[in-house]
Amino acid sequence: MLSRKKFWLAVGLSALFFGVVAGLAPLMGSSSIEMARALAGESPDHEILFYARIPRVILAALAGGALAMSGVIFQALLRDALATPFTLGVQSGAALGAVVSICFGWRSFGGLPAVWVTAFAGAAVTIAVVVSIAAEGRRMSSFTLLLTGVTINSICMAAILFLHYTAGFTQSFAIVRWLMGGIESRDYTTLVGLSLLTVIALIVAIAKANDFNVLAVGEEWAATRGVNLSSLMLLAYLLGSLLTASVTAFTGPIGFIGLLIPHALRIVVGADHRVLIPTSFFVGAGFLIVCDTLARTVMAPAEIPVGVITALLGGPFFIWLLRSRRRSLWV
Amino acid sequence: MTIYRVEDLRFRFGDAEILRGISLEFQSAQMAAVVGPNGAGKSTLMSVLSGFRDDYEGRCTFREVEIRQWKKRDLGRQLTFIPQMIRLEFPFTAGQVVFMGRTPYCHGLFESEEDREAVRKAMEITETTAFAHREFRELSGGERQRVVLAGALAQEPKVLLLDEPTTFLDLKHQISTYSLLQRLAREGIAIIAVTHDLNLAATYADRIVVMSQGSIAADGKPEKILTPSMLKDVFEVDADIRQSPEGQPWVFCQSPDGYLPETSTESFPPAPLPAAPPKC
Repeated sequence: MLSRKKFWLAVGLSALFFGVVAGLAPLMGSSSIEMARALAGESPDHEILFYARIPRVILAALAGGALAMSGVIFQALLRDALATPFTLGVQSGAALGAVVSICFGWRSFGGLPAVWVTAFAGAAVTIAVVVSIAAEGRRMSSFTLLLTGVTINSICMAAILFLHYTAGFTQSFAIVRWLMGGIESRDYTTLVGLSLLTVIALIVAIAKANDFNVLAVGEEWAATRGVNLSSLMLLAYLLGSLLTASVTAFTGPIGFIGLLIPHALRIVVGADHRVLIPTSFFVGAGFLIVCDTLARTVMAPAEIPVGVITALLGGPFFIWLLRSRRRSLWV
Repeated sequence: MTIYRVEDLRFRFGDAEILRGISLEFQSAQMAAVVGPNGAGKSTLMSVLSGFRDDYEGRCTFREVEIRQWKKRDLGRQLTFIPQMIRLEFPFTAGQVVFMGRTPYCHGLFESEEDREAVRKAMEITETTAFAHREFRELSGGERQRVVLAGALAQEPKVLLLDEPTTFLDLKHQISTYSLLQRLAREGIAIIAVTHDLNLAATYADRIVVMSQGSIAADGKPEKILTPSMLKDVFEVDADIRQSPEGQPWVFCQSPDGYLPETSTESFPPAPLPAAPPKC
């Protein structure tokens, strides 16, 4: 049912959208720069372009792509259209880690900012706990995954509330700011690491797309159609969680992308994961670049938290899409 | 040829014992109907046979190898399972659902010419070609069931397991589904179908397995198995067994006020039936 032509057309168009957006976004900003001066290495245009805008666009692209892909994976895994990258507690584990760092005033671990390290550690602990509880006994099922994830989520949120309550004024502000999420410029080494992880995850997810299709229908359905259910579910959970964890450690929680992008694309390209996963990645990446560009330019020099933009921009568009196209354009 | 050998199969959910020591065999080129009251363990037996539940006790071998030791991809080329119903959360088209039957054969991302041919044939047999591009969720219950059956056929299985395959089908498609299953059995496939319709089972199945409270209550040819005493013991209904013109047994259930005519065994079916006779 999927011809190569359709596949490449859909992936090509979404990659084109991403390419155009990623090419234009670094040219926009609160201070105007001259391209010739920036490329010639003249200050401050060079620094603004290469150390402020481009790294930020790259981080936005990786975060948007990873969150959209992670949303697709969790929705297939839980067979729940409302699942998001945050449903299974990874994000609140990361948040708890970050809040612990802020509250105890930790600055850095081994040269890395402490907030990243503890956020990632928090997410990793959550993943390990959820897997060990959900995979115990008979076999992994989406029901136990969901219950365990949601419970861990509540426990972490309670711990965050408690820490926030005991925190001082400055720390309290830092906590709120982190929990709002946001994209900032990062050094290139970090970005290379994050891109490697995201691209590997993308390749693995596309390679498993046929298996995700049967998993999205049902567990017994998948198990009798050539899929090793337990290992596929574990892979899906780890893939989605790692993507979410690594992005969240750098950006804090950015909502709505993991829900909006996969659903919007299902309406346009259909439910087949072979097309849905790569297009979600590119469109998610492009969408978050657009949102972040708006976040840093609309009220410049002040910045709007990017999560506010994703919801304000994406929400109405999504409702329009739902109302105007009940059926897939792509069959 | 013996496909399944089940010996002293037990299964529990927590403290509840769902299967209590079942022993039986299933052959290829045979259509077996599994019947029994609600909670008898029919669906659990099916999910052990399908390889989905592998935490059973006792033995269940498929082609001489314990079923839990089969690699799922190999198993997927041998058997398939059609669930009672599937609820789709996502907008897959009917054609995409049929193509899922080819998953165990997939090499790489795209379907091969062979896959397309298998799907085309399966959709033709089940008369579903017309809905290929329609969204699965928008189809009626009966159309969905035929699409799911097409997917199972596209999988080219040697064993077809079905859990109540005709629940949502109209009369014509009930009959055509069962005739198709019968034809597949003649071609060498082992069919094992859970059903509540004893008369369809008696008409089309070579063998009826009656389950009750996690055990086998009776097992054999329909004419031997379907007796008033079995129906009384297992299903707790008063019933009469007549013969269809073709000589197959036909179950008439007695409603509490008893619509069954006292005499005349020659007319079939007894006319007129009340508006909604209780279904066995």
